Amino acid sequence: MSAAKKLNLTLKVWRQKNGNAKGSLETYPLKDISPDSSFLEMLDILNSELINKGDSPVSFDHDCREGICGSCSLYINGEPHGPSRLVTTCQLHMRSFEDGETIYIEPFRAKAFPVIKDLMVDRSAFDRIQHAGGYISVNTSGNTQDANAIPIEKEDADEAFYSAACIGCGACVAACKNASASLFVAAKVSQYALLPQGKIEAKDRVLNMVKQAEKEGFGPCSNTGACEVECPKGISIENIARMNREFLSASISK
Amino acid sequence: MSLDSKIPKGPLKDKWTNYKNNINLVNPANKRNIDVIVIGTGLAGGSAAATLAELGYNVKAFCYQDSPRRAHSIAAQGGINAAKNYQGDGDSTYRLFYDTIKGGDYRSREANVYRLAEVSTNIIDQCVAQGVPFARDYGGLLDNRSFGGVLVSRTFYAKGQTGQQLLLGAYSAMNRQIAKGKIEMFNRHEMLDVVIVDGKARGIIARNLVTGEIERHSAHAVVLGSGGYGNVFFLSTNAMGSNVTAAWKAHKKGAYFANPCYTQIHPTCIPVHGTQQSKLTLMSESLRNDGRIWVPAKLEDAEAVRKGTLKPTAIKEEDRDYYLERRYPSFGNLVPRDVASRAAKERCDAGFGVVDNDTNEGVFLDFAAAIQRYGKEEALVKGISDASKEEITALGEKVIETKYGNLFDMYKQITDDNPYKTPMRIYPAVHYTMGGLWVDYNLMTNVEGMYAIGEANFSDHGANRLGASALMQGLADGYFVLPYTIGDYLANDIRTGKISTDTPEFEAAEKKATDEINKLINNNGTKAVDYFHKKLGLIMWNKVGMSRTTEGLNEAIAEIASLREEFYKDVRVPGEANELNQELEKAGRVADFLELGELFARDALEREESCGGHFREEYKTEDGEALRRDAEFAYVSAWEYTGKPSDAILHKDKLDFENVELKTRSYK
Repeated sequence: MSAAKKLNLTLKVWRQKNGNAKGSLETYPLKDISPDSSFLEMLDILNSELINKGDSPVSFDHDCREGICGSCSLYINGEPHGPSRLVTTCQLHMRSFEDGETIYIEPFRAKAFPVIKDLMVDRSAFDRIQHAGGYISVNTSGNTQDANAIPIEKEDADEAFYSAACIGCGACVAACKNASASLFVAAKVSQYALLPQGKIEAKDRVLNMVKQAEKEGFGPCSNTGACEVECPKGISIENIARMNREFLSASISK
Repeated sequence: MSLDSKIPKGPLKDKWTNYKNNINLVNPANKRNIDVIVIGTGLAGGSAAATLAELGYNVKAFCYQDSPRRAHSIAAQGGINAAKNYQGDGDSTYRLFYDTIKGGDYRSREANVYRLAEVSTNIIDQCVAQGVPFARDYGGLLDNRSFGGVLVSRTFYAKGQTGQQLLLGAYSAMNRQIAKGKIEMFNRHEMLDVVIVDGKARGIIARNLVTGEIERHSAHAVVLGSGGYGNVFFLSTNAMGSNVTAAWKAHKKGAYFANPCYTQIHPTCIPVHGTQQSKLTLMSESLRNDGRIWVPAKLEDAEAVRKGTLKPTAIKEEDRDYYLERRYPSFGNLVPRDVASRAAKERCDAGFGVVDNDTNEGVFLDFAAAIQRYGKEEALVKGISDASKEEITALGEKVIETKYGNLFDMYKQITDDNPYKTPMRIYPAVHYTMGGLWVDYNLMTNVEGMYAIGEANFSDHGANRLGASALMQGLADGYFVLPYTIGDYLANDIRTGKISTDTPEFEAAEKKATDEINKLINNNGTKAVDYFHKKLGLIMWNKVGMSRTTEGLNEAIAEIASLREEFYKDVRVPGEANELNQELEKAGRVADFLELGELFARDALEREESCGGHFREEYKTEDGEALRRDAEFAYVSAWEYTGKPSDAILHKDKLDFENVELKTRSYK
């Protein structure tokens, strides 16, 4: 743990009272930030200063602060989850920034992610896409077959895991110039398409989930690959290729 | 009120089967007329909501997060236990039961624990059927690893993200029911009170966190799957929003709070780095499969390491103290969490800590030996006979990366240190609370129709939880236990009809919730909520943490009571009640922690023995191990609320051990 020099920063933060209000960037100087602090701890410090001054603190989503719940978002200096790769905002540390730097902090922007307040957006569209088919239809009975009854090739199981590692944060949407949810949808479609348990409903699943994503206002895949670059969990765009194959074959046979 | 744990009669192994054969069932047509509220959507709440909806009940599920998928079960890393005995290493239902009772230091209920072990195997079957991608071996079968406190490999895992994968499984089962309209989902809602009508839980008051609106919701039963209360310590591995509010409000409405002082301090977390820190991060216990824990054997080496003038890798083998291997040769680095945490504290208190902070609290978790061992193995497998040291190291690091890659990345991100090249520095941190709402065998609290499942109840882990057992308990309760037991209760409700929210009970509960919010908003003090939360956390950590004394606990009780008074005089909550207001949310939660904290310390004071995570300095053996007093304290402390924490009344729910002999735990 470094005892490096403290940082003095200028923050430009998006403030918006609620979904109907007009928002704007406000400027806040912030001093003496430890490079060992996380980005959200830096915002905690800003908020405690604002509260002490009688101003209203900045609202932002966050919960586990371990990079796994997917609550945190933020568009930092023009990138979802900021400048580091394979890292969520809550795991981003201030040592990634320079002393004297100006940092722009905005919400994820997409038509399907309306702003609720300040830096918080409504990502319930992702839930609704999952309702459309992000599951295997098996009841809880305790009488399913033994877990080892169907061996699954290690490679497929691992691949399914990498797809399933998506945390549903929405960075892929925020990074895409079309605000497409392709990477998110593809990750779920892939997880099930790779496993024998998911094959039975595979066709309906891909058709319904893709349809729902369009309905929510997410755009078509831009093919630029920005989503893969910005994804904090390294979800590969190969998933999108797999989803497209699944979608095509389902469209032909259904 | 006397407590009846309602344990079925008969031999241990037949209790659950006989119970299921004799309970009342609700016919499918009647289930459609019955509503159930579920608070929390982690492994317990999520799996319960999905299963109850599959059965046909109308479920209303609530979570404070923006999606049920974000509940903090998602952060569980290492794995989930099940007595599958796929490894053929001697595991069985009985052995999982026995390990859990022993691991809990003989302070849990035999019948509940046996049932947990019994249904554990169904969980794995169920999750695989749902498409949970567990780790597999090259033959395509499920892989296992080992956790602390046991001598078998019974832990199923998905890299270091097992909780995530299991929660996404439960979330997918919920989604299927949400799509069918059988679950009505309330995201960004917080329960503020439970409503009791004629002695039965019949609904809740909730706040819509986006609009600030106070809502009434009725049901025939209320299930709390709202998690634990580790955030009473401010710094913990819990999520920032994890709170005790739902359970505490239930307690204030009559539900007994059991064993609040049983807290798990997890041995392997990243040490505290500064006063601005907001939370602590766990490094999975699975790392103790391969990592060796040590401190320098010489005080001057420890000091040089802290100053940064000596690199840990430069300390010779004979100058290292692998204190767990030294003190506990048979379990070594895989002793249970409470034992490992206390041993770390003992070394650091003696001056051997390796982290340069106020208290020098930190020890090494070292993978160098494992990297060499795996590297040599890989070289043999790959047929490289003359592998150089560098090649072996590279091969070994690759193996470690596949096993724990995400944890190593996380460590590097937080500390800026490379754990492949230098040992991790770790220290114990608050992680889990074994205590919770008192429940009977049916998982019902002493308030009729109010259930508590998962970490929110107290029943299965005694005074110390074994690794990879929280996920098991959450899913066991939600998928396989509650759906039966709640049916037995609801069978009496088929003629009740819809519960009205237009009654004096709902009116009164709503008014109380609104008044409490207005009081906080209008307080206009001078200090932010975090100021009080941090102060409370320090009192708890220093006086009600890993070691407790009569003197310290008495001080803590007085300090918490006066801090609570100061909070209500001087807290400042900016903004309005009728808008999204995160400071207001925090204020409500901290207000409840300030009450719970006092009861917590009282419970610790009353329990004049050491057991599991509860360690009283006055009660230890000659070699510093926990000294239980079974004759006096083999009971569950169930506290009844009577107006304030200092007036709570203690009820003793005696623990009868018919199948296990009470012994001094030994991992030597």
